[in-house]
Order: sequence, then structure tokens, then C-alpha cells
Amino acid sequence: MSTPLPTDPSAAVPGGRRRRARPRRWPGTVVAVGLVVSGLALLAALVGPLFLPDATQQDVLLGVSQPSAAHPLGTDDLGRDVLQMVAVGARSSVLGALLIAAGSLLLGHLIGLPAGYRGGWVDQVAMRWTDLMFSLPALLVAIVVTGVVGGGYLLAVLTLVVLFSPGDTRVVRAAVLEQRQRPYVEAARLSNLRDRTIALRYVWPNIAPVVTGNAFLNFGFALVALSSLSFLGLGIAPGSADWGRMLADNRSLLLSNTWAVVTPGLAIILTAAAVNVVGDWLHRRLDERGLRR
Amino acid sequence: MATAWLRFLLGRLAGTAVVLLVLSFGIYCLVYLAPGSVEHTLLGNRPATEETRAAIRAQYHLDDPLLVQYWNWLAGALHGDLGTSIRSGEPVDVAISSRATLTLQLSTLGTLFALLLGIPAGIAAALRRGRAADQGIVVLSVAGLSAPPFAVGLLLLGLLAVKLGWFPVYGAGDGGLDRWWHLVLPATALAIGGAGLLVRFTRTSLVRELDQDYVVFARARGLGGVRVLRYALRNCAVPILTATGLVLTSILVGSVLVEVVFALPGLGSLLVDSVTFKDVPVVQGVALLLTILIALVNLAVDAAYAAADPRVSLVRRKR
Repeated sequence: MSTPLPTDPSAAVPGGRRRRARPRRWPGTVVAVGLVVSGLALLAALVGPLFLPDATQQDVLLGVSQPSAAHPLGTDDLGRDVLQMVAVGARSSVLGALLIAAGSLLLGHLIGLPAGYRGGWVDQVAMRWTDLMFSLPALLVAIVVTGVVGGGYLLAVLTLVVLFSPGDTRVVRAAVLEQRQRPYVEAARLSNLRDRTIALRYVWPNIAPVVTGNAFLNFGFALVALSSLSFLGLGIAPGSADWGRMLADNRSLLLSNTWAVVTPGLAIILTAAAVNVVGDWLHRRLDERGLRR
Repeated sequence: MATAWLRFLLGRLAGTAVVLLVLSFGIYCLVYLAPGSVEHTLLGNRPATEETRAAIRAQYHLDDPLLVQYWNWLAGALHGDLGTSIRSGEPVDVAISSRATLTLQLSTLGTLFALLLGIPAGIAAALRRGRAADQGIVVLSVAGLSAPPFAVGLLLLGLLAVKLGWFPVYGAGDGGLDRWWHLVLPATALAIGGAGLLVRFTRTSLVRELDQDYVVFARARGLGGVRVLRYALRNCAVPILTATGLVLTSILVGSVLVEVVFALPGLGSLLVDSVTFKDVPVVQGVALLLTILIALVNLAVDAAYAAADPRVSLVRRKR
């Protein structure tokens, strides 16, 4: 589901001919901001519900209200504090995306490692599978699957794992293919090591950087995809604290308390952007390191 | 040459046909296996006798085995009959064509906005490489690329339509100019992500081209900045076309969500309504139409490569 991004050629041309500005600064500041924002989101996801156990407590008599001293960002139509809801909602949004990135990484390894290492019919089958998956509109398939089966958070996560995995499969396979021709693999073969040992203990550490960088990018796209499903009411149950779900539930409050819509919207956009900035930087760094080896 | 072209086209058609078969069969299996039944959704909580249920099941052939149901649908679809909607009772092709126009208008406008926003910004960034303007554009493009269109749509709706009242809040307008006016905000929401992608592709490829010898040479010969830029841009056509294809497909899919945000009666809202209703014929129709559209976009992009760059030949390329 992740889009292939062109890498920056200015990084590839050592000391390019054109006047070169000072060493590029933007990785510094922007990546730092990205790290802080993603860290905050992760922190909220991990400990938010522990500190705010009453976040989803309703106060129906209060109902929707504008920001006040007691509720810095106001309340939604059930009288729930918007700020607390967003903090707690990080759990399902961010952890779900993490699960998807990790699951798809695992599935990508399960298919991509043998495909790249063995080649032959295993590779053929794996590649036809990824071809097929790539020609399907992923989000559309996710909507149909979760919608027809009747929704559910776990189902949404599992569906997205399957839909994200072809990208990981290709990345793992390509990296393994590239490593397989290296002399160290030949040496390991000659010393009569088992294929599994070579693949896992010697090849894998060499492809790990590239693969992790890609997983980080997946994390950003998974966050968006999962919140899209929640927004359509296909992921998490109605009324839950979840960014996508809050956007859907609070849509009608645009006039009465705009913050109830703006805050979860900004949370999704900022987190996804921060994660992508960090992932992009990581991808580039690790890719270069992988090449230097 | 002509036969090779034909072979390329046939290969593509066969590939798309396989994808459509897999997708439609997958949807049938899913509906067949999913918990809850069509007659339950149709009847809701109304009390119903056993006969009513049986009649409904008979009407939609729900008691046939999976393969028979699928075969009947496939045979119909191949003859141009996509069946009737379970939810509304209208023929699927009528339901789809009455809504497809809106989705196509929305996607076209969104792509247009993305191109008008993304390519100039990408060129500007490449020309000011490494400076503050470039860094600002790159950061904005990453943010745009990451932002889901439905969230952007809601923010735009809150700010420009509700707070400032510049744009209509809901609906599709009364046709003509009013329709396009209603589509401006949703199209903008869709365009943001596409523009981010176009900025990246344009900037990266233009930076690479501006480093080439022919640019240095042209400059040394005293050619002006605009003419040099024109030469360089000509060589960026392929990456930009690639990005445009990606943008078009992502906008087609993204329109599903944006239509829900802006309450637009297009294909997307039809799909979302039908999916939860287990209205198989409509879900099949919409999913297949969108998949065909995406395949067509990809085909058009490949054909455009050959037109834009004489070094690219579709027929000799090993696929």
C-alpha cells in the first residue's frame, strides 16, 4: 500500500557539480520534531489509558460544550472531554498501526525470505501473488471485507496486515536476492551450513536495516488506512475513543464545538506526517548504510 | 509493430480479467461465509414468518450452492446484466451510472488540482534546492502525502464552509456550475495527498536533470533559464507521468471516503451503504468498475510513457 518514493539523487552524487548549499539542515530540525511528535503519540498510546481511566465517562447532562476551564477543548455530544478522548484514542489508532506494520513485516518475511533465497517455483508463486495483490485497490478491498463481514477492530487489523504484506514481501525478496550472490553466502554454503541457518543468521542481519526502514514507512500508511476504516464505521465499535471514529461521531458538532472535529483530525495528520518524516529519514539512512557494506 | 502492440494490449486485458475474476469470486465467497444473512438485513427487526424468509431466500437464490450463485452472476455479468440491487430494487447498472458521473467529475477535478499545485511547487523546490523555500515545500509535501483525505476534508469543511461560509457545506449542487462549486472543497481534500506525491517526483527528477551535462552546456551557450528548464522538464516526463497515474488511482479510491464526508451521492457512498447491507450485486458492480478504471489508468500511463519518451517502447519491454 505504500507508494514507492524516489530517493534523493543529491545524496547519491558525491560532491555534485553544482554549488552545494551547506550540509542540508532539514533532516536535523524536522526529523527532531517528527521524533518528538511520534514519541508523544506512542507515549499516549501506551500510558494514556492508565492515567485517564475515566476519559470515556459520559456526562449527558452537560452535552456538547465549548472549551472551558474544566474541559480545555470542550466536550462532545455525550459530554465526554475531547482532549482526554484524543489522548486515550491514541491507543487503538497508534497501536493498531504498529500491529499492522509488524504483522505485515512478519508475513513479508515468511513469503519473501524463501522466495528470494530459494528462487524457482517458490519465487514464481510468491511474485504472482504480490502482482495480484498490487493490482487490487487495497483500501477498497479492506472496505469490502470489513464491511461485509460486519466490522470489528481485529478483523480490520488482520485485513490490513494481509493487504500491506506484498510490499514487505517484495522488499525482503529484493534485498535477499541482492545478498545471495555475495561471497559470504557462498562460503557459508561451502562450509555445509543449512539453508535456514544461512538465511536467518547470516543473510537476515544484512537486510534488516532496509527492511526496518520500510516497516516504519508502512506504519504511517497503516495509521491512515486504519483510521479510514474506523471513520467509515468499519473498524472499531461506535462510541469508542479512536481518532477515526471520533471524526465520524463528531461530524455533526462542527457548529457547536469545532474542536471536537479538529483535534482528532489534526492528531491523525500530525502523527502520520511525523512518522513518515522519521521513516523517510530512517529509510534513506539505512539504505545508504546497506549499500556501503 | 502493430501485432506487438496488440499482443501487449491483449496481455494487459488478460491480466485485468484475471484480477476481476479473483476479486468478484472473493466477494462472493466473503458474503457467503460472512455471519448474518441477507434476509436478516432486509427485514431488520420486523417480525417475519418462516414463509416470508423462504420467499426472500428464493427470490435472491440464496439457497443455491456458492458456485451456482457465482456462476449465475458471472453469466449475467458477461451478458451485460449486473443484476438488481437487493436494497433498492433498481438495476445495478442504473444505480451505478446515475452516480458514476459525480465520482468521475470529483476525481477529474481532484487530479487537476493536484497537478496544478504539485508540479509548479516541485519545479520551484528543485530550482531552489537546499534553500529555505525548498525545505519548506518538501516538509509540506510530506505532510500532504501523509494526511488522509477524509481528515483534510473535515478540517476544510470546518474552516472554509462552516466558520467562514465561503463554500457550501453538504450535497452535490443543482448541476451545471453549481455542481462544480460544490465539488471544489472535496476535490481540494483529495488533491492534497496527490500534490505531495507530485512534488516529490517532480523535484527529485528535476534535480537530477539539472545536474546533467547538457544543462551545464546549454547554460554555457548562454541559453536563458526558461529554455533550459524546458529541456530539463521534457526529460522529467516519465517520472511525472508515473506520479500522475498513482495520483489518479489514489484519488479514485480516496473519493470513497471523501464522498462520505461531504455527503455526495457518488459511487463511494453507494459502496459504503451497500457493503454493510450485504447488497452483493451493487458491491460487485462498484468494486469491479473501480478496478477497471484503475486498470485503464495504468494502461493509459504506460501508453503515455511511449508517447513522452521515444526511448521507451512498450512492445519490446519484457514484462
